[in-house]
Amino acid sequence: MNREYETVVGLEVHVELKTKTKIFCSCSTEFGAEPNTQVCPGCAGFPGTLPVLNRKAVEYAIKTGLALNCEIAEVSKFDRKNYFYPDLPKAYQISQYYMPICKNGHLDIEVEETKKRIGITRAHLEEDAGKLVHQGTITSTEYSLVDLNRGGMALLEIVSEPDMRSAQEARAYLENLRAILLFAGVSDCKMQEGSLRCDANVSVRPRGQTELGTRVEIKNLNSFRALEKSIEYEVRRQINAIEDGEELIQETRTWDEEKQVTRAMRTKEDAQDYRYFPDPDLAPVYISQEWIAQVSESMTELPNQARQRLVNDCGLPEYDASILTLTPATLKFFDEAITKYNQPKIVSNWIMGELNRLLNVNNMEIEDSRLVAGDLVELLKLIDAGTISGKIAKTVFEEMFSTGKKPEEIIKEKGLLQISDEDTLKGMIDEIVAANPKVVEDYKNGKEKAFGFFVGQLMKATRGQANPAIVNKLLQERLSRE
Amino acid sequence: MALTSKEVEHLAILSRLALTDEEKALFAGQMNDILEFADKFNQLDTDNVEPMVYVLPANNVFREDEVIPGPTRDELLTNASAVEEGYFKVPKIL
Amino acid sequence: MQLYDLTIHELTALIKERKVSAHELTRAYLQRIDEVEEQVGAFITRTDELALQQAGDFDNNPVDKPLAGIPYGLKDNICTSGIRTTGASKMLEDFVPVYNARVAACLEDQQGILLGKLNLDEFGMGCSTETSAFQTTSNPWDLQRVAGGSSGGSAAAVAAGEVAYSLGTDTGGSIRQPAAYCGLVGLKPTYGLVSRFGAIANSSSLDQVGVITRDVKDCALVLSAIAGYDSQDGTSAKINIPDYFADLSGDIKGLKIAYPREYFRNSTDTAVARQVKRALHAYEQMGAIVEEVSLPHSEYALPAYYIISRAEASTNMARFDGVQFGLRDVKADNIVDLYANSRAAGFGAEVKLRILLGSYVLSSDCYETYYLKAMKVRRLIHDDFTRIFENYDIIVTPTTPTTAFCRDEYRGNLLSLYRNDILTVPVNMAGLPGISVPCGFIDGLPAGMQLIGKPFQEKMLLNAALAFEQAHDYYKARPALGGDK
Repeated sequence: MNREYETVVGLEVHVELKTKTKIFCSCSTEFGAEPNTQVCPGCAGFPGTLPVLNRKAVEYAIKTGLALNCEIAEVSKFDRKNYFYPDLPKAYQISQYYMPICKNGHLDIEVEETKKRIGITRAHLEEDAGKLVHQGTITSTEYSLVDLNRGGMALLEIVSEPDMRSAQEARAYLENLRAILLFAGVSDCKMQEGSLRCDANVSVRPRGQTELGTRVEIKNLNSFRALEKSIEYEVRRQINAIEDGEELIQETRTWDEEKQVTRAMRTKEDAQDYRYFPDPDLAPVYISQEWIAQVSESMTELPNQARQRLVNDCGLPEYDASILTLTPATLKFFDEAITKYNQPKIVSNWIMGELNRLLNVNNMEIEDSRLVAGDLVELLKLIDAGTISGKIAKTVFEEMFSTGKKPEEIIKEKGLLQISDEDTLKGMIDEIVAANPKVVEDYKNGKEKAFGFFVGQLMKATRGQANPAIVNKLLQERLSRE
Repeated sequence: MALTSKEVEHLAILSRLALTDEEKALFAGQMNDILEFADKFNQLDTDNVEPMVYVLPANNVFREDEVIPGPTRDELLTNASAVEEGYFKVPKIL
Repeated sequence: MQLYDLTIHELTALIKERKVSAHELTRAYLQRIDEVEEQVGAFITRTDELALQQAGDFDNNPVDKPLAGIPYGLKDNICTSGIRTTGASKMLEDFVPVYNARVAACLEDQQGILLGKLNLDEFGMGCSTETSAFQTTSNPWDLQRVAGGSSGGSAAAVAAGEVAYSLGTDTGGSIRQPAAYCGLVGLKPTYGLVSRFGAIANSSSLDQVGVITRDVKDCALVLSAIAGYDSQDGTSAKINIPDYFADLSGDIKGLKIAYPREYFRNSTDTAVARQVKRALHAYEQMGAIVEEVSLPHSEYALPAYYIISRAEASTNMARFDGVQFGLRDVKADNIVDLYANSRAAGFGAEVKLRILLGSYVLSSDCYETYYLKAMKVRRLIHDDFTRIFENYDIIVTPTTPTTAFCRDEYRGNLLSLYRNDILTVPVNMAGLPGISVPCGFIDGLPAGMQLIGKPFQEKMLLNAALAFEQAHDYYKARPALGGDK
């Protein structure tokens, strides 16, 4: 990257709150229903219908605000944002423009061992829009179809300050934000299902310049990777444009996942006048200190608190702690495991290593897997008891992960018991040593590799089931007699 | 500062109203009359007056987070002029 | 006296004593509608069949509810499940809601007899029903004149004996003004007393559903049936609802009445002012304390009202875009044309004007100069009233500056037409209850007196209205129509 320019990024994150019903009506929010089956006259914008605010949505907003160190507004109000679009049946979106529920918060990130505080400008409640289905693309289709199931779901829009200076920082911010939202229990944060959506405001400026460069908003970022890649692309594009003497325009661009480029959507000149004004249908929301205290009491451990605990009480490295606290399910798995098996680092290694590898390969979240913490503990105890080797344990673990079976069961079924019986092993060692006189010579001449050869042969003969510690001991004894 | 037909045209686009030129001129005239009349309130000093959005002193009117099933999809779609496979149908968007 | 001349409380007595069945009563009303509707033009939709069925159900299984078996009509911006609800707009010519407005459900629950849906200015935007897409309703007292508006159909139908009572909506006088023009009692309750759910929104912070009846007792009966908290309306008030009918005594000894001087001069006809002054004198004789006061910001109410009501209306009208319901330009091959053409074809001129003006005053360049300024003026108007109510119980004014005007009288003179609302608008701006009661005739046309009360003090308002009514017999007069002579 060009050293003479500084990247400036701010993020607008839309989080679908996990209320059972929509924000202003009693329709279900369950994911994946048939089109237009979770819609009432209210969220379809029929004449005479009126919005009534879901208390839970406000509670979740307060919770989020507290988790993000925000000021919770004593009074907040709802406004109408007016524009015509087929996914918006009232032709206005109810949002909080003038008096948002949360303001002036922050969130800490760490990139390459450097800690940094990112400001949060505001978080406000609003209703989601419906979904449009196109034959082909939006530009080529003759007509589009409107599904209002998502229309009216409770959203919280969290707007950061333009405090991030790289794509990595933006990613770290979004990852941390997601962790906080998951721990606070306010959203599922499933980017693929759209319950966490992110727009990035990106600009570049010559290093040392204080005023911000021309800002571009990138939409349609539905993965961490897309966020990172699109910012990197956009920064390159903007620097190139400046270097080529082109003037940048303030515009909205969309991320093309396939081609890995951003494309222009609309310029500021066609920007709408949204004619915001207070929605007379919704009384103001007053949030008392008592209410805030109540919500605060109902909150459980947040990621940074958990991280501290893992470092201080469990003696884990910071890195382990940050990985284990990315989702509450991961932490819960870890905590359950160490209550039955008090070796935090070993448990952590297994989660960060084998478990995360398998989750990544299968594109799964820990809560979707069939593995339970108790079974990992059983496996670890079997290793300690010498029943199986560490190597075999990985095979067993993979089987546990995919089938949900108990480790003993798998070991029995597959005959993976570790061979620790000295007489059996001695006999096998004798055979191998007798069959390889040349290697024995090498060993005697001081070739270290020769020892490894014998171990390898033995493991092969036992299909990896020989107890390595005993094999080492016996082999040493045997070879010393040569 | 009187509104022109041109400005009315912009408002018509914003409000999604197809207007004839005659209508634009008519509405521009009527709007100017009303705005001129409304300007009367600029005689009032309102610097220290809090805007009144809600006449009812109510606040914190909430609904509990409980599902109440709406009408059936057929009922919901019955007033729409164009539907397809359970969806509302609209022509080309862009 | 015909059945259709009687009040609700008189009819209820007849029904209870089994002197008349709901079926007979309904038949009598349907016959009356057949006789006079051509002259009056109050109905957009008649529901004869439903009415007869409801009457039959009631007769077979009578219930003891104050409005049971009584025929009524609803302004056609009040949604009725399974019954076309047009808002008097081409936009909703074929719209059949799948839900009931809260007030419609209340009257259904009373086992009233719904005779049909009544004419109005398109979406309530007007004061003469002349902006209705379907017809202009005539004033039963003089068919050349308008019945007022926007609830003109609701008022004319009651005055003509086509229904025993009706519901209307009132944004800036839309119940009180037509009630005054038609010699009836019209109540706009305190903002929040009656649910707005299912009443098609005109200006959400000003709209309120209310009642049009022949006398004050009827008004109290109907109000009792429709008032109260509704979980579907976030602006509905959580208060205890008294029985407005019980203990209405008409005793007003010691009641403190204020009359604001601003309401009796300038645009108010001297004849109308004189009539209301006489009423004030009558009040004094009944033992009330009557004093002149000032509401200094009155003249700014109308300008501020234009801005606020148009702003709100412009966004309330935005949902009529031809997609989920309503008129649609089926030939449009892109969404922008679909919206613009459907709305151009569906809305009348007055609605379009209000949308444009509303969009203008909300646009970012005008927000502060117009919208915010108007909201501040609104506060001043509200505070004027609050100050008066520190020392007085009710405020009395004329309801309208004149009696009913002729059709087309204000053609091409919009501002003069709008001025009809000048005495009623401040009440909506302040969210207060206001009732219009007949206070005499001027050249054969009814005049109305407006009583304004403190928030949620409808009972006091009704009692004061009843006192006047009992001392006069204006409310007993009926217009000569059809075969009446």
